[in-house]
Amino acid sequence: MLGYLVVFLSGTLFAIGLGVSGMTLPQKVIGFLDLGGDWDPSLILVMVGSAGVYLLFYRWIKQRSSPLFDTEFHIPARSDIDQRLLVGAGLFGIGWGLVGLCPGPAMTALVSGHPEALIFFTAMVTGMYAHRTVEQFAENRTPTGSMSDG
Amino acid sequence: MEGFTPVLSTIGGVLIGFAAIALLYFNGRIAGISGIMGGVLRPQKSDTLWRAVFLAGLVTGAALILLLHPAAMDLRFDVSDSTIILGGFLVGIGTRIGTGCTSGHGVCGVGRLAPRSLIASAVFVGFAIATATLVRHVWEGF
Repeated sequence: MLGYLVVFLSGTLFAIGLGVSGMTLPQKVIGFLDLGGDWDPSLILVMVGSAGVYLLFYRWIKQRSSPLFDTEFHIPARSDIDQRLLVGAGLFGIGWGLVGLCPGPAMTALVSGHPEALIFFTAMVTGMYAHRTVEQFAENRTPTGSMSDG
Repeated sequence: MEGFTPVLSTIGGVLIGFAAIALLYFNGRIAGISGIMGGVLRPQKSDTLWRAVFLAGLVTGAALILLLHPAAMDLRFDVSDSTIILGGFLVGIGTRIGTGCTSGHGVCGVGRLAPRSLIASAVFVGFAIATATLVRHVWEGF
């Protein structure tokens, strides 16, 4: 139960961090991504601050055998760079550059009450479902489970 | 909220970092929003509740921002509704194919110096800069 409270507070703090940094605003994100306008480097400091804290404490946490409220760490083990990773990141980047919202701010934006936020969120969830549907179709087509990456 | 905000953006970034590292230290989980959302859309026993709780926390945090700092909820969009739909769809499908977004790859993955996340982050930031700049200065009217 205490574990779930920490999960909840982590989500809350995450959103507050987005709000304080200005990353809840698509116009501020576009201010960084659009090199042709009045350039705003704020997003770099958000990335440095967040990844920096993570880097600092990760070195210490990874020496533990398990997290406080679970029996094991759920950390991705893969290290191969495959085509899917590159294609997916590229498509995500195009969508992010078009509008200025990525998944976290797309969710916090719902609370703002702007109709565009709801339109974006609905389209994003549709995209996630589309991926899931294609994956399930592919899984059914290949009963051995050996999906090719190509 | 116009222009460069070095102090607030650094503080906000540090708060995001603490939120993400707390989820790892206490729960052993990666704070990747697209992965957490994807897991909710594809429910699996014993793995859905924490995701829903995290997203509820995220929305609660957003409500607090709206109450205490409404300027951070004054969103402005400079593209058409059809572009917003296209962008949203690409963000949704792209983050699932590439198994992560700005939080999972950008914060947690880069913070672990994970090769896949370092590469993915370079690719999505590069494509986002190119796209944002091109549609606003070269292919205008998008």
